[in-house]
Amino acid sequence: MKGLFTEVYAILWKELISGLRTKEIITSVLVFGLLVLVIFNFAFEPGTSTRETVAPGILWAAIAFAGVLGLNRTFAAERENSCLEGLMLCPVERHVIYWGKLAASFIFILLVAAIITPIFLVLFNLPLFMPRLALIVVLATLGFASIGTLFSALAANTKARDLMLPILFLPLVVPVIIAAVEATGLVLDGRPWGDMATWLQIMIAFDVIFVIVSTFVFEFVVEE
Amino acid sequence: MIRGKGTLWNGVLLGLGFALMLAALYLIFVYVPTEETMGVVQRIFYFHVPLAWVGLLAFLVVFVCSILYLWRRDAKWDTIAASSAEVGMVFTTLVLITGPIWAKAAWGVWWAWDFRLTATLALWLIYIAYLLVRSYTAEESRGARFAAVLGIVGFIDVPIVALAIRLWRTQHPGPVVFEGGLAPSMLLALLVSIAAFTVLYILLVGQRVSLRNLGTELKRLKG
Amino acid sequence: MNHRATSSADWAIEAQSLSKSFGGNRALTGVDIKVSRGDWLTIFGPNGAGKTTLIKLLSTLAKPTGGSARLHGLNLTSEPAKIRRMLGVVTHSTFLYNDLTVNENLRFYGRMYLVPDLERRIEEVVSQVQLESRLHDRVGTLSHGLQRRAAIARAVMHNPSILLLDEPETGLDPHATTMMREVMDTLNSGDRTVVMTTHNLERGIEIAGQVAVLHEGSIVYQASKKDIDAAGFREIYDRCTGQG
Repeated sequence: MKGLFTEVYAILWKELISGLRTKEIITSVLVFGLLVLVIFNFAFEPGTSTRETVAPGILWAAIAFAGVLGLNRTFAAERENSCLEGLMLCPVERHVIYWGKLAASFIFILLVAAIITPIFLVLFNLPLFMPRLALIVVLATLGFASIGTLFSALAANTKARDLMLPILFLPLVVPVIIAAVEATGLVLDGRPWGDMATWLQIMIAFDVIFVIVSTFVFEFVVEE
Repeated sequence: MIRGKGTLWNGVLLGLGFALMLAALYLIFVYVPTEETMGVVQRIFYFHVPLAWVGLLAFLVVFVCSILYLWRRDAKWDTIAASSAEVGMVFTTLVLITGPIWAKAAWGVWWAWDFRLTATLALWLIYIAYLLVRSYTAEESRGARFAAVLGIVGFIDVPIVALAIRLWRTQHPGPVVFEGGLAPSMLLALLVSIAAFTVLYILLVGQRVSLRNLGTELKRLKG
Repeated sequence: MNHRATSSADWAIEAQSLSKSFGGNRALTGVDIKVSRGDWLTIFGPNGAGKTTLIKLLSTLAKPTGGSARLHGLNLTSEPAKIRRMLGVVTHSTFLYNDLTVNENLRFYGRMYLVPDLERRIEEVVSQVQLESRLHDRVGTLSHGLQRRAAIARAVMHNPSILLLDEPETGLDPHATTMMREVMDTLNSGDRTVVMTTHNLERGIEIAGQVAVLHEGSIVYQASKKDIDAAGFREIYDRCTGQG
């Protein structure tokens, strides 16, 4: 058990150091996310009620697209010097690699969301202190990361990998996006917890189910 | 499978399918009374629903075969899965075509983001992803493995997608389409149609599987 | 060294009809080989003979499409995880992360292999490959030769009983090659078995205890070095690879 923890932590630690050293990745992902926010803003007239209703959608479109970009990087970096083979040589169960990468992807997307969300709130003149929004972001991010890490490994081994990941990933995370958008809308409207319970439940169920399923199928993606 | 036995089985299915299809067509166009509100166009329903049913059935087959393929690594499971996915994709595309036609003719809107069609659209996108993964992977056996993973994850996801869309729709009700009860005669037509399309599905998948097997055999002979 | 081992457990590596095909391409057509514990086997072969494929199979990175193999008695196809623990592999790719320093790379792999007393062990292997001065430099800034030595450090950190080297000296300039030789001389320590592939006849023979020739996917010749005339080996090699 301790060995397991050491191994997962080792992968996470490596990812974090790697990430810190290649700051251009996170900056470009952030810039992209912000661009999505801004462009969508131009699509809607300021001050109209339509704009308020679509606001949650704009936030989550930005996070989803930025997230996909970031996820692409997760396994792309392993192609250099055949590092994925190096990982495969280690006497670790394959799902341990998944967990380590999952933790890293989760932190990455969370970081992106943590920066994009306040900017979004500012652009839409919404109050900045929204702890319930934080919970939604965490749950949705885990959902994105669970499926995203699995398919990032898959897409990294295909041609046109930058295209494959969104095509694989986005249809599958539709439940997370719907739930996140709906729940966010309810939070922005100031509705009580009870109203958004179902959406939170969907996200939690999604997270649990797909972390477990991905744990089991990950080895089929990376093994020969 | 011995040649003789295979052709016999195929012949039986073909005959059965032909008979069912004839029966269905008769029931749909002659037997069933015209629906009150929507008129003649409502008969699309008897195609639309079976197509949707088969689209889902095909994906279930993909799911089961994907699991079997990853477990046993026997190429035949992958062949069936791939063939089922192709046929299922075609049927699902037809659902997405017949749906809007029906909706426009009967209710005046092409697309209302209603629960069923939206969920079908999501299923369709997952089908596309499944087929793309196969063609975009360099090595065949690898492509098969990746597709199997997607088949499993995708199938588990479909009910969750459907649930989310349904809840979303109850939060934001839109124009009501595709509703209404079924008279017994309509139910009969529908069931026969479903049976006919299911047999058609089996025949088509069988065709695709033999075609694939021939292709593999050819490649092997070429050496 | 026991050349008369008869039971599985005595051989470090035993392969029977090991083969590998990629689609239509038959890279290995049936490799039969036996390596004793503590021995150094050098496998010679021209490009395309299947050397890299063989290393890939033995290292569990690829699955054989035919035949079988046992490493220290463990079955290659059914017990790959256990085999990995006692394997060290060095190939053309370094398996090192360019953005991380040598030290960070070694710490990462050390943790993945659950190497005990990691700090001290890192010091040991780094001095074994003579990389102390570059320990805290990013791998991306190292020259080819240094990167390969770092890769060797990574490979031996967990004290593997079997070391697989795929053309370790290829692509190195003369100075780097000399340094590499010094390092390689330290690798056969203890009871460690080494299998090295190369197309450099002189050097390969020098360091070997056993030699073999791989041609068009199968082993066409295997002998103990002391049973052959090293000087005349080129003739044997040319004959085996159809160039004689």
